[in-house]
Amino acid sequence: MSDSQWTDAAPLDEVPADDVIGMIVDGRDIALYNVEGEIYATDNLCTHGHARLCEGFLEGHEIECPLHQGKFDVRNGAPTCAPVTEAIRSYPVKIEAGRVFLSLG
Amino acid sequence: MSTETIVIVGGGQAGGWAAQTLRTEGFKGRIVLIGDEPHRPYERPPLSKAILSGEAHADTAYLHKAEAFSALEVDWRPNVTASAIDTKTKALWLANGESVGYDKLILCTGGRARRLGIPGADLPGVYTLRSLRDAATLGDAMVADKRLLVIGGGWIGLEVAATARKKGLDVTVVEAMSRLCERTVPAEISTYLQRLHTAHGVRIELGAGVERLTASGSGLRATLNDGREIGCDLVLVGVGLIANDELARAAGLACDGGISVDAQCRSSDPDILAAGDVAVWQNEWAGRRMRLESWQNAQEQGIAAARSALGIDVNHQPLPWFWSDQFDVNLQIFGMPTPKHKIVVRGDADSNAFVMFFIDGEHVVAALGPNSARDLRFARRLIERRTHVNPALLADTQVPLAKL
Repeated sequence: MSDSQWTDAAPLDEVPADDVIGMIVDGRDIALYNVEGEIYATDNLCTHGHARLCEGFLEGHEIECPLHQGKFDVRNGAPTCAPVTEAIRSYPVKIEAGRVFLSLG
Repeated sequence: MSTETIVIVGGGQAGGWAAQTLRTEGFKGRIVLIGDEPHRPYERPPLSKAILSGEAHADTAYLHKAEAFSALEVDWRPNVTASAIDTKTKALWLANGESVGYDKLILCTGGRARRLGIPGADLPGVYTLRSLRDAATLGDAMVADKRLLVIGGGWIGLEVAATARKKGLDVTVVEAMSRLCERTVPAEISTYLQRLHTAHGVRIELGAGVERLTASGSGLRATLNDGREIGCDLVLVGVGLIANDELARAAGLACDGGISVDAQCRSSDPDILAAGDVAVWQNEWAGRRMRLESWQNAQEQGIAAARSALGIDVNHQPLPWFWSDQFDVNLQIFGMPTPKHKIVVRGDADSNAFVMFFIDGEHVVAALGPNSARDLRFARRLIERRTHVNPALLADTQVPLAKL
């Protein structure tokens, strides 16, 4: 993968420890997660009720939607708890020079 | 004996989640899903809100996208009711004359809107709201400037009243009890809801029963039991739900205002389970046997029943969770508040966002509030973990709930 495919999303220190933030990256609504220092990125909109996951609750590797408490695994976007049945998209992440880069493909 | 065919009666939310869960748990056998509606399983909360207002299409309520539903490989039988269960031969008879054999049967037959037993209750212009079809019919009738009379100041009635106001109708709510949502919330919240609706132009008549409805010109006239009359163009009756337990009763299953089940969702017949609005069980959070008519329970009990049918040990006792959206307010309730609990308020109870905690001894056992989803999520954790709390800290908005 060439460097040109990586998009600079945010300074690493903007993603609070064991929490989630939302941001627009290249016009996309993205949620960034920090789980024990590891950064993950997914689409920010829940596939069920279309709430923003960045307003939800991160527990371990699971993000819980604030609207109906559906859950996704932030590592791969897979649904892990009802009512969600459809995965959210997850994105490869790399950290370089203290910044978070995403491959939005 | 291996389980090869699992039949689910009822294609609503509980039935849909039961089917989904059987596959999630790796069940490879045949799943037959019987539904009396033309729709694949859908969620009912939007029926009184976005779908009724016309903001959302019916498709948005489905549990599954079409492809995901197909992928479940369910033998789906829409538009048909189940007419009898033969528990001896383990067969289910359908109203179209067909029969289906089962190894396990999961009854998710839900309920139907209670109708009024008063003269004029069947007149054109009198509606109830339970299904997508009901929502479409009522939604079409809800035209700006029409006069809507809502009979029943419970959740359905209030949500429809709010949607109708948004669409520009003139709305009156009559409630027989002395306050709104009397069965489910404390008096403070009834007052809050009344204030909310009044501020949005809804007229509320409490302690008012409707004695009869009569046709009057192009509209209707409701006569109250104190003799007053209210003219209207349409009436929404939201006076509760009747459990569809006739199929189970006719088959000799134990019923008590619904199908009696245990925390494993098992009925009195070892091969028949029940879930959702129709099921009665000992709810440990409420401390009594009850049906729980909620989105959460339909989903969670449907999941639990499917797992139980596969021999997985389940204990269906989720912390009850309920919400209602009216105007600009999202009200959520966790747990079962009762008058015996001590109340602690966090924030200003006269404002549009506060949390009310219900304390039993040293524990929070329930919490509710408008526009406080985030705080309530932490409250849920306090309740579920049975955290010892200091009421003074709960009330202190300077202390984040996450820290308690």
